[in-house]
Amino acid sequence: MFTIVKREEMAGGTVILNEITAPRIAARARPGQFLILKANENGERIPLTMAETNPEKGTVTVIYMVVGKSTEIFKRLKEGDAYQDVIGPLGQPTHIEPGKNVVCVGGGTGVAVLHPIARGMKKANCDVTSIIGARNQDLLILEDKMRLASSNLHVCTDDGSYGRKGFVTEVLKEKLDAGGVDQVVAIGPVPMMKFVSLMTKEYGVPTMVSLNPIMIDGTGMCGGCRVTVGGETKFGCVDGPEFDGHLVDFDELMLRLRAYAEQERRSHERCKLEAEGAA
Amino acid sequence: MSVQQKTRQAMPEQPPLVRARNFEEVPLGYTPEMAMTEASRCLQCKSPACIQGCPVGVNIPGFIKHIADGAFDKAIGTIWERNSLPAVCGRVCPQEIQCEGNCVLGRKAEPVAIGNLERFAADWDRKHHVCELPTCASATGKKVAIVGSGPSGLTVAGDLILKGHEVALFEAFHKPGGVLIYGIPEFRLPKDIVAAEVACLEAQGVRLECDVVVGRTITVDELFAQGFDAVYLGVGAGLPAFMRIPGENLTGVLSANEYLTRANLMKAYRYPEVDTPIPQGRQVAVLGGGNVAMDSARTAMRMGADKVSLIYRRSRAEMPARSAEIHHAEEEGLHFEILANPVRYLGNDKGQLTGIECVRMELGEPDASGRRRPMEISGSEFVVKCDLAIVAIGSGANPLLTRSTPDLPLNKRGYVMANPETGKTGKKGVWAGGDIVTGAATVILAMGAGRKAADSIHEYLTWGW
Repeated sequence: MFTIVKREEMAGGTVILNEITAPRIAARARPGQFLILKANENGERIPLTMAETNPEKGTVTVIYMVVGKSTEIFKRLKEGDAYQDVIGPLGQPTHIEPGKNVVCVGGGTGVAVLHPIARGMKKANCDVTSIIGARNQDLLILEDKMRLASSNLHVCTDDGSYGRKGFVTEVLKEKLDAGGVDQVVAIGPVPMMKFVSLMTKEYGVPTMVSLNPIMIDGTGMCGGCRVTVGGETKFGCVDGPEFDGHLVDFDELMLRLRAYAEQERRSHERCKLEAEGAA
Repeated sequence: MSVQQKTRQAMPEQPPLVRARNFEEVPLGYTPEMAMTEASRCLQCKSPACIQGCPVGVNIPGFIKHIADGAFDKAIGTIWERNSLPAVCGRVCPQEIQCEGNCVLGRKAEPVAIGNLERFAADWDRKHHVCELPTCASATGKKVAIVGSGPSGLTVAGDLILKGHEVALFEAFHKPGGVLIYGIPEFRLPKDIVAAEVACLEAQGVRLECDVVVGRTITVDELFAQGFDAVYLGVGAGLPAFMRIPGENLTGVLSANEYLTRANLMKAYRYPEVDTPIPQGRQVAVLGGGNVAMDSARTAMRMGADKVSLIYRRSRAEMPARSAEIHHAEEEGLHFEILANPVRYLGNDKGQLTGIECVRMELGEPDASGRRRPMEISGSEFVVKCDLAIVAIGSGANPLLTRSTPDLPLNKRGYVMANPETGKTGKKGVWAGGDIVTGAATVILAMGAGRKAADSIHEYLTWGW
């Protein structure tokens, strides 16, 4: 049973944290790896990168934004409820090089995935500067945890309601101009990762991004998660989820992520209407 | 012998134009009368050639005799002695190149419908539940881990539980059955049949665990550390092959694995009642000529496509699909675009597929496979318009498990090296069989490999390596 032992709402209920009992997965999982979750018999298999693992307690934690029918159903699971299926740990763990000067850039719920990586890097004696952003103050998550995981934290909001007004890339540019950055890690919406990668490429600073393409099995069997990296086709599930941001074809990725956009929109509408009808 | 007896009993089927739009099973099955009439055609040969053609050595004349006598319970009992998945095999085995291909009646007339009779006996039993499950030998205290619950894993589980060993069956997906569940469509193999076969194994004591990706959730060495005495790897091939031509990452280009998994495992044909979507192609192109290509094409038809074209680079005679499937697909209106090879996918500015540019082929001299080698006719390019392309050109060895087991010897193509007679690999205590050893093949060959491995594992657990 993959029981939810802790549930929290963040960002005004648009982002949900679930800590789930999965001892076998918790024992093996490392930062950067992901899970596939399925809520019930008719549910979709949804890949989510882990935000936290606790091998002693035998739990894994995911933090996700409610964007469609499946995450809407996930949201309705309460503490004590269970996911029917949790599969993992999948994908390659983050490669952490000790003692580096690293800038970690996170946007939206990408911050949840960035956090264990930043923490792991700080633990490995890296000098971690983090830049996190959201559209506004209400949507900002994990600020306190990111502060602990970093030597230095910058917060941006698009509307200036909190921290600095503007995009994470503006702060990043200042850091790159100041020099001495060995590596950048960027995790967030695809356009954010694309623009960070374009910028760091100019400065010649290696950049790692974490992708979340559409997939079913997560073990290399369906090939739905194809991503072009350096002109070659890679599978997000087994070759990733992390890739060299300078080589990823982000435009293709954005088009592929929209493959089921219309069906997803209709499903989500239907799901919300049914909930209203039942209420 | 009367003239009537010489005619093979035709299998009743849903009419083509009706079934091409539903997911119900195509053949409806024999009635008891039809089965007895068909069974009476068997000559009961003294040295039956049909058995030689069966990878698991079912006593074919034996069970057919029981059907002819109306002793259906005895018939299923006879099949079970050698085959734990008769309802599956009766439906998906390539009988024309195995048992029925060897039937002496086939030299002058049509062979006995062995597959249809096997299916009848299994379905009759499932409906009537009169047969007792075979009893297990007393417990040996030995533990076997089986990785993958497809046809070979299920066979090994069934054989070893009867011998008194403790059997744990690990499946990476959320449902057991492997290719029988995610690959073969409902209209060819109803999923409740697979569920019934698995339930039977569980009733005999096999412990099934889904959602366990061996190689990720747990490694082979950890299985040994947890007290398993032997491990059988039946994980399938599991790596989709693509054409590696321009435009392959346009949306609308899917591997057959993805398309069929959405339709079969995730039941996406019932979307939006279930949550997993599936692309709704109006004009669909399927690349390939094997069973998987036929399954994909026939699924696309049932999803409501206006036109489904099968693009295959050789001619119809070279298609590797089971002849019944090619015949069924054709009856349902599948358009064959044979002697054609895709050279690039065409798309619009939204990254969506709009067509496939192909080149015409002609057949030259036979190649290493014995089939005539297809060669391009220069300047013969043409476009097949489509909004969905399903790539069914085979698969390779998925490295997920093998990479996490570094001391397991592999061949150059990444498949596990195993003794063809015993299934023994180069790693102590580890056996392998099915597609991860041979490359993509058939259900029954995987079961045959499982049978041999189960015998070898039992010998090892009794006497040592």
